[in-house]
Amino acid sequence: MILPWLVLIPFIGGLLCWVAEHYSSSLPRWLGLLTMGLELLLGLWLWHQGDFQLAPAAGSPPAWELEFKYIWIQRFGISIHLALDGLSLLMILLTGLLGLLSVLCSWQEIQKHVGFFHLNLMWILGGVVGVFLALDLFLFFFFWEMMLVPMYFLIALWGHSAADGRTSRINAATKFFIYTQASGLIMLVAILGLVFVNFHNSGELTFDYAKLLQARLAPSVEYILMLGFFVAFAVKLPVVPVHSWLPDAHAQAPTAGSVDLAGILLKTAAYGLLRFAVPLFPNASAEFAPIAMGLGVLGIIYGALLAFAQTDIKRLVAYTSVSHMGFVLVGIYSGSQIALQGVVIQMLAHGLSAAALFILCGQLYERLHTRDLREMGGLWGRLNYLPGVMLFFAAASLGLPGTGNFLGEFLILLGTFKVAPLIAVLASVGLVLASVYSLIMIQRAFYGPAKADGVLPGLDRREQAMVLSLIGLLVLLGIYPQPVLDTSLASMDGVQQWLAAAFSQLISAR
Amino acid sequence: MDLTAHHFIVLLPLLLTCATAVLVMLGIAWQRNHSQSYLLSVLGLGAALLSLPAALHSSPQSVTALLTVDRFACFYMALILLASIACVTLAHAYLGEQQGKGYPGNREELYLLMLLATAGGLVLVSTQHLAGLFIGLELLSVPTYGLVAYAFFNRRSLEGGIKHMVLSVAGSAFLLFGIALLYADTGSLSFAGVGDRFMADAHPAALIQLGMGMLLVGLAFKLSLVPFHLWTPDVYEGAPAPAAAFLATASKVAVFAVLLRLFQFLPAASTPALHHLLAIIAVASILVGNLLALLQNNLKRLLGYSSIAHFGYLVIALVASQGLAVEAVSVYLATYVLTTLGAFGVITLMSTPYSGRDCDALYEYRGLFWRRPYLTAVLTVMMLSLAGIPLTAGFIGKFYIIAVGVQAELWWLLGALVLGSAIGVFYYLRVMVTLFMVEPNLRRHDAPFDWGQRAGGVMLLVVAILAFVLGIYPQPLLAMLSSVNLG
Repeated sequence: MILPWLVLIPFIGGLLCWVAEHYSSSLPRWLGLLTMGLELLLGLWLWHQGDFQLAPAAGSPPAWELEFKYIWIQRFGISIHLALDGLSLLMILLTGLLGLLSVLCSWQEIQKHVGFFHLNLMWILGGVVGVFLALDLFLFFFFWEMMLVPMYFLIALWGHSAADGRTSRINAATKFFIYTQASGLIMLVAILGLVFVNFHNSGELTFDYAKLLQARLAPSVEYILMLGFFVAFAVKLPVVPVHSWLPDAHAQAPTAGSVDLAGILLKTAAYGLLRFAVPLFPNASAEFAPIAMGLGVLGIIYGALLAFAQTDIKRLVAYTSVSHMGFVLVGIYSGSQIALQGVVIQMLAHGLSAAALFILCGQLYERLHTRDLREMGGLWGRLNYLPGVMLFFAAASLGLPGTGNFLGEFLILLGTFKVAPLIAVLASVGLVLASVYSLIMIQRAFYGPAKADGVLPGLDRREQAMVLSLIGLLVLLGIYPQPVLDTSLASMDGVQQWLAAAFSQLISAR
Repeated sequence: MDLTAHHFIVLLPLLLTCATAVLVMLGIAWQRNHSQSYLLSVLGLGAALLSLPAALHSSPQSVTALLTVDRFACFYMALILLASIACVTLAHAYLGEQQGKGYPGNREELYLLMLLATAGGLVLVSTQHLAGLFIGLELLSVPTYGLVAYAFFNRRSLEGGIKHMVLSVAGSAFLLFGIALLYADTGSLSFAGVGDRFMADAHPAALIQLGMGMLLVGLAFKLSLVPFHLWTPDVYEGAPAPAAAFLATASKVAVFAVLLRLFQFLPAASTPALHHLLAIIAVASILVGNLLALLQNNLKRLLGYSSIAHFGYLVIALVASQGLAVEAVSVYLATYVLTTLGAFGVITLMSTPYSGRDCDALYEYRGLFWRRPYLTAVLTVMMLSLAGIPLTAGFIGKFYIIAVGVQAELWWLLGALVLGSAIGVFYYLRVMVTLFMVEPNLRRHDAPFDWGQRAGGVMLLVVAILAFVLGIYPQPLLAMLSSVNLG
């Protein structure tokens, strides 16, 4: 019964936050903190007492660490089917942690309609947890679409409009919504296609993951259905030709929105690829792998180049996300176990470091009231703590050894090199470009002549606690990743088996 | 033929509705009293609704050649009666409860018109005969001219009424001509008789195809499918909000139900020409409806265009005409009625009591959330439901339509649906975000503060809760509907 509670806690907490606004303006914040703290604690407790040897793998019925099933819509064989394995647990831990941070980082920033803000924030997180746990394709889609609405409100109502007035926050939010909604509907069509093909073959109308894994598909059908899933995940990840909602959404979103978006929402796409797109369509995925890896490399380089050219610091960080998620895409489709483990580390490390960078951007904005790099400069002497912390996360983002990001990217490149050397070589260009954009960001913001005199307020306790804990976690992930790797091993092993079998079949077919 | 008690029982909903109309009329002749007319209407419609289980129990049963009451008819009767009760309740709030405030003219006749139109809808959904179709359609349409023009001292209302009348009559003329052509070729007016002839030939005669085409044109006028949609936005804008709600829900549901029944006897797929015609109408309705809605600044016009698009989605199920199609249409119409009632309900309450012009300009809704949070929540749920976002009833409907499309492998139509939904999201979100923006200083309209305690408000809250609950737990509705088959 613990799994439905993991999903329900944020939803209930959100409603309480809304109601609590009538009594006091700080009560919703505390309730939000309590909700996400509870979520995180539950996750940690599960981590502590589980062993996570169980995960779905090719050839046998999927086994799960924890499972919950309740019949929901009998007419279509839809049930509320939730299950947990190592991968989902790690993602839920990340969600809980970043949820906690996003409540904390909006403590000062959000002053109007506090209760409604927290309602939206909690509901996004609830939807995300649902995505990470859902094992019924209908339920998965349900959560997948559901988290869009509160995110839309978060950007549209509490966002900042760009200084030049070109893109308003409402346009950015609408763009985000339309991109994800349209691609989501394509996925729904693909889900239904899969279900009806399975219905046609086996005579059972079901949306259940375990049963659909056994669906026998003709190669051409499998390829088309796989593309339907891939489009939805590609938009959310984002993969380069369909990424253009991301910089706008990030730049316009409030800090908490950016933290959730970069830290968790992008990860739902990678999770979707690992959990659904690859296992359900292994052969088509293997066939598609070179294209996907090519798109990944394109994303790495294109994202890095565009990041370099930005003058808006949040847009810059947003483009670095495009670049980093390119590594994830390469790693997933390389099909090597080392790379897949690297993907997990990369997802966690990017979640932490991107969240930290967005929190720091938010703190800069609170002090300077601008995100324009051209109006910064010389801040090192005027600000306490913040520039140093920013330098650390910039270094993490460029993949400095000792941080989780280095480990993730290194494992991905190592694993990919054995499979596709050319891709790995091209992808490692991204590392060089990463140091260019990270350093130029620090240079432009903190060095050079100061634009004004006077000392700005340094970080207070709350802000210090947030960034220091993130530094601690990122370093811990970089030097002692073994617990994380152990947890995700079984899940990644399963994905690897699916892909390996498909790859060998593909080679023998040629 | 002999009429037995069975016949009367299955006709009870229709008889009760007609009797209520007579009673209300007599009541008006005796003494004008707004609340009394309203109460009579609601009680009559409620009694008709309560008599449905009895009718269902005795079904299927034919009463003369014109009417056949079966499960299908019973379900749509229930839907129409519920929609009518909701519209009547909204009208009561809209016209104003006290004398002197609100609508200045005679208020009671509005109920009369709605009751008559409802009776027409009941006939329409239970007919299996072309003559019955025509009678029902006219009984449904003619009172709506009056409904649209009810606020006739408002120029737009009068203009809308006349426009509706002229175009609707033109549609009826097409329909009649089509029926005549069908009769000329097949010598039968019952759906089954025409259908048999239709299926008998591998290549049906040109006359019969032309007849079907004209019939389709006539019905497409009433459903405002592209390219016969031109009246819709003006009429929606001009009509008083409760009348527009009636037009968008009860009236369209009845017409679509009869169209669906017609196609069950004459499967669209049997002639490629009809199949292509319908597919083109579907794509055109989806794209044109959604595109034209994009730039509307008037909420009623926007809903008008959105209804064009929604009936385009429904035509997809009609084209598929197999597997889940009938069930999908039923589910979609049920969720659509709920959602549209909610949306028009909010407009009605905002314009309550009547004061010249309805509150339908989008800017009048700016910042509504910060002064009327619950009313805004209702409208938000409705907009999300129209856009088909999970957690709302609209999602279940859209899910069904996509399922039917996938099952029948109508990829082009599904492509149009995905594209149309993406466009649609834009304007639904525009309405939604307007509700939450900072409020302007100047405002003309506002809902009364105690809207939640009045009948209209209570009804609206029930609709909103239903839309939400059905989105989360649709199983009861689906279980009920999976048995709604024809015959």
